[in-house]
Amino acid sequence: MKPAIDVINVSKVYRRYARRRQFATLKSALLDGSLLGDLQPDETFQALKNVTFSVPKGCTYGVIGSNGSGKSTLLKCVAGITRPTEGDVHVDGRISALIELGAGFHPEISGRENIFINGIMLGLSKKEVQRRFDEIVEFAEMQDFIDAPVKTYSSGMYMRLGFAVAIHVDPEVLLVDEVLAVGDQGFTHKCLDKFSDFRRRNKSILLVTHSLDLVEKFCDEAHWLDKGVSKGEGDPKKVVAAYVMNVEDSEEHSLAKAEAARVAASASETPQAPPPDVDGERAPENPVDDAETARDGFKATEGRWGTREIEITDVSISGPDGESGHVFQSGDDIKVHMTMTASQPITDFVFGLGLFNADGVCVYGTNTNLEEFQPSEIAGEASVTFEIDSLDLVEGTYRLDLAAHKADGYPYDYHRLLYTFRIKSRVRDVGIYRPAHRWKFAGGITFKAE
Amino acid sequence: MFSSLAKLGRYRALIQTLVVRDLKARYRGSVLGFFWSFFNPALLLFIYTFVFTKVLPSAHPAGMEPIALFMFCGILPWTWFSSSLLESSNTLIAGGNLIKKVMFPAEVLPMVTVLANMVHFFLGLPILAAFVLYYQRPIDPLELLWLPVIVLVQLVLTIGMALFLSALTVHFRDLKDLLGNILTLWFFATPIIYSVDMAPADMRWWLNINPMTHLMRSYQDVMFFEGSFSHQGSLAVLGAGSIAVFLAGYFVFDRLRDSFAEEV
Repeated sequence: MKPAIDVINVSKVYRRYARRRQFATLKSALLDGSLLGDLQPDETFQALKNVTFSVPKGCTYGVIGSNGSGKSTLLKCVAGITRPTEGDVHVDGRISALIELGAGFHPEISGRENIFINGIMLGLSKKEVQRRFDEIVEFAEMQDFIDAPVKTYSSGMYMRLGFAVAIHVDPEVLLVDEVLAVGDQGFTHKCLDKFSDFRRRNKSILLVTHSLDLVEKFCDEAHWLDKGVSKGEGDPKKVVAAYVMNVEDSEEHSLAKAEAARVAASASETPQAPPPDVDGERAPENPVDDAETARDGFKATEGRWGTREIEITDVSISGPDGESGHVFQSGDDIKVHMTMTASQPITDFVFGLGLFNADGVCVYGTNTNLEEFQPSEIAGEASVTFEIDSLDLVEGTYRLDLAAHKADGYPYDYHRLLYTFRIKSRVRDVGIYRPAHRWKFAGGITFKAE
Repeated sequence: MFSSLAKLGRYRALIQTLVVRDLKARYRGSVLGFFWSFFNPALLLFIYTFVFTKVLPSAHPAGMEPIALFMFCGILPWTWFSSSLLESSNTLIAGGNLIKKVMFPAEVLPMVTVLANMVHFFLGLPILAAFVLYYQRPIDPLELLWLPVIVLVQLVLTIGMALFLSALTVHFRDLKDLLGNILTLWFFATPIIYSVDMAPADMRWWLNINPMTHLMRSYQDVMFFEGSFSHQGSLAVLGAGSIAVFLAGYFVFDRLRDSFAEEV
């Protein structure tokens, strides 16, 4: 299928004109005879360098990076606001860009009229705006103020109205630049719901944000830009971890820098360390995943990374009989046992576990930080056991994330989807989670006794 | 260039909406509202009438009575022309937010400026018509059919120049100030407050190469002077020239288009 957004080898060079002042004046141009010269750039600034990625239909794609990394330039290139200096951008379908909310609102005229004008600017016809009008007003929570001039709106109202119009353009491709901070909690949830709705309808979102949380939770894939250069792409957790590490790296003093570099190197050297305990019993991997892994370490949906200051040396999953195994019954009590070594005493540590079903849906995730264990110290050999009294899952194959990391996400040892086990069940119920339950019947209902 | 020209048709609704917005916003909050569009030219006409009948009664030859009405025939379209150019030179910079942050066809902005000013021009016409009737100028209703043609020629010419100026002002900000002076000069170099016949013979040649001369004479012929309309030839040449100016303006605009988002 044709991807929704195809960015092929895009570079963007910004030109800087006129060495002396910001704008050339016609006078100087005529006096110096430099009319044509002034239209030539004096210096250039490379905002993007050979960035390539594609966003499949229905995918939510996050772009992260520090300030000045070229994220917004990338978005503008995709939106068609600026043209890339080199390379090509193809977008399939109508785009709506949430870059500047309410750009083009005229302060003197009413919200009602501005909705029409803004909608038409964003590519709707007058009839289409008419049809969506009530929905837009309701979404923006502006029923009472819609006939007041826009200049009387608070900045929140302004943004909400801008957001409501832009999102009701009903694009195939939505470009979002850090605009979720436009309302209270309720409004933010509404926006996220709207985004989820988009995904369900197989539309694509390109999201530029500093909120790493949002990328981890919300995106199917992530892309890390650093000074215009693509630093990694793929599984959001992995890309975010790499980015967090890089940010810390740049913050630390030069002394720590050498160490961090070594750490980063070791993390990328062994992105695919074989899981220690999987005695050939692991479910066969998706061959597509393997192909991607070979091409790009970040692309892998499973793997291992981290600094190994705390190294998880052995993992076992055991059932009610206490034996390590890979097949359990639904409702069994399960223990996940990790053995680890800390190369030096460490005071900032969190142990985490994530449980995923075969579709990659997170069934459950927790860590010691979320459950408010205050780390004091880990040194030398240690072990952690995570016990579940009754693992009430429906039948299927499940995979585990196990990790030791700092409270801010800096990974010591992150094992992504490396451990697979199977849950068997007599009942063919569906879903993910099987809550403990019973049926009760009263009146004239009878069932045949088995 | 021609591919983006072809897209212009699709922006019809957008241009229409923005023109209406411009007009609405201009008078929003004022007591008289749209009435200002009638009031301004009417006041101007009264002042001219007063000055040229009471203060300077002999400053014009016979057959030009009332001189104020004659001037008004030229000043109305000239105002459309000059304010269009002045405003459009600033329009890309003022609309910077749209160009930088939204996918927005930039050429719409100067066009909207020209069209909004054209609507003002149209609103002035009833005042002119009222005075033409009041003074019982002997005009031929059939000649009025030429009016849309003249307006169209001026529209194409003005849009062409507006595109050119708006694009260049992004790079040369002082063009705006320069333009103000040029327009003042141009105003007096155009037979608006005098007729071509009043100009010295050796100046006629200069007046003839001024495209606005032919436009103004056409307006004056249709709305003021008696006799049949005799400017078909010069209007045809001017029409062709205007299309050339439009294409050239659009070409320059299209070439500079990519720099707008970065420069405004």
